[in-house]
Amino acid sequence: MSAGEESGIAGNGRGYLSERGWRSWAFTLDHKRIGAMYLWSTIVFFLLGGVFALLLRLELLSPQAKYFSNHAYNVFFTLHGAMMIFLFVIPAIPSGLGNFLIPLHLGAKDVAFPRLNLASYWIFAAGFLVIIGSLVAPMDTGWTFYTPYSAKTGAAVATLSLGVFLIGMSSILTGLNFIVTIHKLRAPGMTWHRLPLFIWSMYATSIIQVVATPVVGVTFLLLAAERLLGVGFFDPSKGGDPVLFQHFFWFYSHPVVYVMILPAMGIVSEVIPVFSRKPIFGYNAIAYSSLAIAFIGFLVWGHHMFTSGMSPLANTIFSFLTFFVAVPTAVKVFNWIATLYRGSITFESPMLYALTFIFLFIIGGLTGPFLGALATNVQLHDTYFVVAHFHYTMMGGTVMGFFAGLHYWFPKMTGRMLNEKVARVAWALVFLGFNLTFFTMFIAGTRGMPRRYAEYIPKFHTENVISTVGSAILALGILVMMWNFVQGLRKGAQAPSDPWRSLTLEWRAASPPETENFHEIPQVADWPYGYGTRKA
Amino acid sequence: MDNVLAFGAASAEAGRIDAVFLFITVIGGFFFLLTQGLLIYFAVRYRRRSPERDNETPGITGNHLLEFFWILIPTLVVVAIFYYGWRVYDDLREPRPGATEVYVTGRQWMWEVKYPDGRTALNEIRVPQGKPVKFILTATDVIHGFYLPDFRVKMDAIPGRLTSLWVQPDRTGEYTIYCTVYCGDGHSNMNARLIVMPPEQYVAWAAGKEERGEGEEQLSLHERGERIVGRTGCLNCHAVSGKEKIGPNFHGVYGSTVPLSDGTSVKADEEYLRESIVDPGAKVVKGYPNVMPTYKTTLKPDEVQAVIEFLKKPD
Ligand code: HEC
Ligand code: HEM
Ligand SMILES: [Cu+2]
Ligand SMILES: [Cu+2]
Repeated sequence: MSAGEESGIAGNGRGYLSERGWRSWAFTLDHKRIGAMYLWSTIVFFLLGGVFALLLRLELLSPQAKYFSNHAYNVFFTLHGAMMIFLFVIPAIPSGLGNFLIPLHLGAKDVAFPRLNLASYWIFAAGFLVIIGSLVAPMDTGWTFYTPYSAKTGAAVATLSLGVFLIGMSSILTGLNFIVTIHKLRAPGMTWHRLPLFIWSMYATSIIQVVATPVVGVTFLLLAAERLLGVGFFDPSKGGDPVLFQHFFWFYSHPVVYVMILPAMGIVSEVIPVFSRKPIFGYNAIAYSSLAIAFIGFLVWGHHMFTSGMSPLANTIFSFLTFFVAVPTAVKVFNWIATLYRGSITFESPMLYALTFIFLFIIGGLTGPFLGALATNVQLHDTYFVVAHFHYTMMGGTVMGFFAGLHYWFPKMTGRMLNEKVARVAWALVFLGFNLTFFTMFIAGTRGMPRRYAEYIPKFHTENVISTVGSAILALGILVMMWNFVQGLRKGAQAPSDPWRSLTLEWRAASPPETENFHEIPQVADWPYGYGTRKA
Repeated sequence: MDNVLAFGAASAEAGRIDAVFLFITVIGGFFFLLTQGLLIYFAVRYRRRSPERDNETPGITGNHLLEFFWILIPTLVVVAIFYYGWRVYDDLREPRPGATEVYVTGRQWMWEVKYPDGRTALNEIRVPQGKPVKFILTATDVIHGFYLPDFRVKMDAIPGRLTSLWVQPDRTGEYTIYCTVYCGDGHSNMNARLIVMPPEQYVAWAAGKEERGEGEEQLSLHERGERIVGRTGCLNCHAVSGKEKIGPNFHGVYGSTVPLSDGTSVKADEEYLRESIVDPGAKVVKGYPNVMPTYKTTLKPDEVQAVIEFLKKPD
């Protein structure tokens, strides 16, 4: 503890941010800088994807096409989905916050392979440049690329697939890097059961990335071959099978929903105990449920295809297995809530977002069984109900977790504090706007509105108007949050090394940390959740 | 039937699916209240009251009995939901015996309907009330989704394969059919109608006593054309005026000079309009995809005349 306190006091310089100039970023091997580059890139794509979302909502104000052609609408939802998924939700927490935090959490100087880490970033950048390049003939297939449509449309499908392929390669390398780092670079005394839960969730995430991503890489190569060389893997007139593509796609994309959610769950598991001043409840249950989710997540991809003509037996098995993902997920929720019990809870912005995560994720999670049960899936599949479900899990879950993390670690990453009042205003707008936008989609979906509709029949008008109003409020909230970040960076108060009185190792480093992270490698004698009972 | 609420089920089978929906809603509602209730209650009840309290919170790190129960109970609950959902799905998989069959083919962006006796139709399926009907689905170009929300069922229509679903409508009326698998620019306009007729009327219609487009002959040519354009899917791809859909707007076509994709141009007279309808690939308008289907077999010559008459003054 004492060594940490010292470095904390010494930490009013610019730490790892001291060097300036583009070279100091482009060629950096520092995991913190690489993490920061990922954060900047992914936040830019989040905002860009958000602009597309607002255009979609604008068009849906009226049942008939009013502002854009149907084709433009289709392009917008494809770009919205593809950017949000591939360029924001998948990389933001693992590659952004993960890069920044994993070595700090472990008490290490850097990740195991710093050069590989830099290469991963640049492969990622190549990927997003290629994706931006594909805008010359913008994609209109939806982020799911279903064949045969994607094999026929005139858009730059092969280009975008190449972009996603590169992004995937970057995730695989990052995943490998993290797995080795977690195995090899733990500080003395940092046993597996003293690891912060964020590390456990990142460990499970990395395994999924390494195992699942190659499949999507190959799938997109096959798709490119189909388009460019006319091979007929997915073309029935050439003996192929269009549904095979869906199997390949979901074999990757279902596990990947856990790549999106597990890291956010890790953040919530860090934030809740700190602001409750109580140890986390059920450490082992939370840690191992991440692994259980990662494992079961590989066996359920067929639940996206119940109406694709799969055999009834396959449908039954996939439905049965799907329900078992719900159990470890529920266990986590119960453990977080139990952590609050008899705590001494304060509501700073990281905690507000963490509690919001739990609140919204419960709704997302409880609507999963409607989709997992066969009888109701056949009704709700491909309607707005699914859109609502995955926004509650991914935006209500992952993105709220990400916001919690950004507010929580902002002082560590930048050395400055955020304006708490502004942060709360932003939070209130986001919370209100989110629920208006997406809850109405459950209603529209239950009443039968199909997804990916540029035009709809007037009976769904009310839901859509409310949703669009909600999206404007949500957007305003996010703008206020971004403005707060910029203001914080420019003139936020100096951050102490441990503003939230947290026990994980990153708070023993200076704010912002020195390039080497710690003056001496910390010794770990206990788990990081001994709040409250600990004698100060 | 367009304004039915979520629970305006149009068949007994749909009612059974709604029961599953309700069952999950009740269970979900219980867990919703339990978890959100505790979340909010704890957050309020245990908010920090004094700084000293920070160091006095109990060092609870877990409880094996609780963990055991909150693994066991959700497991039992999800197995129950799975079972009920599967049960109903499995019961409703095979159509009741004696189902009428209708072949439905999805193509960008319309539904082609074939009855076993050879009659065909577009975007309109007529079936008798109270009898099981089986839809046998396929597609010619890309995957489409055949969705009947009032009956709570859908099935993908896949090129090179036959899939099927069935319903047994309880009430007469008109129900919307949507395309649910994204299929390109016309996806959200790819609707069709399911018309459930009283059995006697259906029999009469099927016997051909009541021709398709019943009573249309009595109308003026222009009115008749308007009806045909409405029921054969032209408006899925063409708007009359305003924002264009997939093909050119109808307003002002007649008499204009149309630029063609081969660089030439043509005056849009009656013959051009006729050819555009029965052999649309022959002259493709510049700047548009060659996706319009031929109406050679679906429209009789006098129907084509009526459509041409309508196209002359479409507004
Ligand atoms: C699948 C979409 C689609 C459907 C359905 C469709 N069309 Fe078309 N139509 C097009 C497209 C695209 C073009 C322009 C390319 C071409 O000339 O083939 C077109 C061209 C035309 C033209 C020539 C217009 C011009 O500006 O020269 C006429 C006339 C026409 N359609 C009439 C009809 C009628 C009548 C129906 C219904 C009986 C119909 N279309 C159904 C897509 C469609
Ligand atoms: C409680 C556990 C969950 C269950 C039982 C569940 C079940 C399902 C099912 C069956 C579908 C397919 C619906 C359909 O298309 O017909 C689905 C869709 C989806 N789910 Fe979940 N889900 C759960 C949690 C999650 C989580 C945690 C996430 C992500 C963070 C998530 C993200 C998604 C996404 C992205 C889709 C839609 C993909 C698309 O079609 O574009 N779900 N879910
Ligand atoms: Cu899934
Ligand atoms: Cu469609």
